[in-house]
Amino acid sequence: MSGRGAYVRLLAAAVCVCLIATGRIHLGVAGLAAGQAPRRIVSLVPSVTEILFAIGAGPRVVGVSSFDHFPPAVDALPRVGALVDPDIERVLALRPDLVITYGSQTDVSAKLRAAGIATFVYRHGSLADIAAAMRELGRRLGLDREAARAADALEQELAGIRARVQGLARPKTMIVIGREPRSLRGINVSGGYGFLHDLAELAGARNIFADIKRESLLVTAETVLARAPELIIELHYTETASPGLVEHERQTWSVLSTVPAVRHGRIELLFGGELVVPGPRVPEAARAFARAIHPGVAWR
Amino acid sequence: MRSVRRRLAGWMLVFGLVALAAVAGAPLVGSTHISLARAFDSTVPFADNVDAQILFIARLPRVLAGVIVGASLAAAGVVLQALLRNPLATPFTLGVSAGAALGAVLAISLRLQLSMWGVSAVTLASFVGSVGAVAIVYALARARHQGFSTNVLLLAGVTLNSFFSALILFVQYLADPSETLHTLRWLMGDLGIASYTPMLAALPLAVVAGAAFAWLPRALNLLSLDTDAAASRGVNVVRVQQVAFFSSSLATGAAVSLGGPIGFVGIIVPHIIRLIVGADHRIVLPVSALAGAAFLVACDVVARTAMAPIELPVGIITALVGGPFFLWLLLRHR
Repeated sequence: MSGRGAYVRLLAAAVCVCLIATGRIHLGVAGLAAGQAPRRIVSLVPSVTEILFAIGAGPRVVGVSSFDHFPPAVDALPRVGALVDPDIERVLALRPDLVITYGSQTDVSAKLRAAGIATFVYRHGSLADIAAAMRELGRRLGLDREAARAADALEQELAGIRARVQGLARPKTMIVIGREPRSLRGINVSGGYGFLHDLAELAGARNIFADIKRESLLVTAETVLARAPELIIELHYTETASPGLVEHERQTWSVLSTVPAVRHGRIELLFGGELVVPGPRVPEAARAFARAIHPGVAWR
Repeated sequence: MRSVRRRLAGWMLVFGLVALAAVAGAPLVGSTHISLARAFDSTVPFADNVDAQILFIARLPRVLAGVIVGASLAAAGVVLQALLRNPLATPFTLGVSAGAALGAVLAISLRLQLSMWGVSAVTLASFVGSVGAVAIVYALARARHQGFSTNVLLLAGVTLNSFFSALILFVQYLADPSETLHTLRWLMGDLGIASYTPMLAALPLAVVAGAAFAWLPRALNLLSLDTDAAASRGVNVVRVQQVAFFSSSLATGAAVSLGGPIGFVGIIVPHIIRLIVGADHRIVLPVSALAGAAFLVACDVVARTAMAPIELPVGIITALVGGPFFLWLLLRHR
């Protein structure tokens, strides 16, 4: 009994020593000279991973989060956990010289900095912040020109969509981020802050919850009836769904027959990972929104 | 005997009126203002009547759900506190709600899309989970005992609660963040059912449990003192314990599948009622059911209006409102 306890303690001590040792080794490797661009990047944030690939830093990415699915090249990369469960040991083992962390991961960032590894702290914000993040990362990685080009292209595409819907009627729209399947419980919608709100407004909608300055909020059938959206856009983060399922989910709303969107059959289900990741694919998401909002316009 | 009956009638009248007031008043308040005249205007078809739809689709189902859930949880709390002879027992002590929660979390994380008779997968899965938990706890309590060990029952329930909680966390850990949010929301409890169908599934179960409860009070009075004394007075102790266990589990399972694990109702309402009407289960049990219904309906009104149009989970309100009130009552009676 006590022998086993001692063994466990010994093992724990050995692991600790190894951790410290590897941390020390990394200190040396990570000691970048000023101005030297990072060459080994671990990204814990899927949208930043996409940005890295978009600005030409893809080959430098050596590890990604467990929620990264795009671009396809990430499938071959090691996974190091995600927002709530980053595996610091695996991050360190990849010998990164830059780790992308999310704003709420303060302890992770602190640990990495203590190990001498530079961090880039990212936080989701508005639509405009995406191009800003691209340019800033470009500067950090010595890819200023590539990043500026990608950011400009993104902004131009978005501006093009905005111009296209200029002057068209702006339907009162509810953007549903989630809800219990086959029921009207737990309706989670986009409030008046964040990239989904910005996307919908850019694509020619009026978000009925624009007055509530939150990224998301839960609403009840009463609020939906009272705010009477003319269009309901439901986001599903899976890539596709069977037509039967789509029809079932649209039918779920039919009890709220006074809602104009329900009455006129304007319930649009959108599918795709680009809808959840505020990264370089937002023009695709914006086009999907615009098609749903203005089906009469000839979109390419 | 007559005096008990008279006291019961008196308290039932008082709390019946309170519950009635809550049920009648709650549909009239909400995050939006509606006109009753317009809601009941027969010249406007229901399909075009916003006020009527808010009243009958958004508000009335959740008020009725509050009645079923509140009454079931409060009554189940009374029965379990007597069965386990433990004032800290709640409808969730024996693992029923943790089993239900595991079912719901699995349904959410696996994105189960099936539905039966208009009842969603999450509701169905949570009920299946509660039945599973009851079966496990019961099997453990009966194993290697001639009768029915309440000690084993209590320990098995507490252990199962922890075990299921660990499984829930494990499933959560592997799930996508969007599902985690959904799960968290479910675990906070919510009555916004926006449809009558989930109630049609829960109501028969609650009624069966209620019928069993009606048979219990006299035996519970004896049982809550001492099982040997109860047996000597001709009470079939094991039978009473079985009925108490299954009926309270049934009530809890129905309530949790309908509204999620709404905390505090099952412990605070029975204690408040005992402080007011005394310890006789013949009075405490039915009066608690009425009071539980009124309490939860009132809490739900606060939940959906306090920060409108943002809605608070009712499970937060029950503890936030009920906790200080209970402490105040406790101090006043000492």
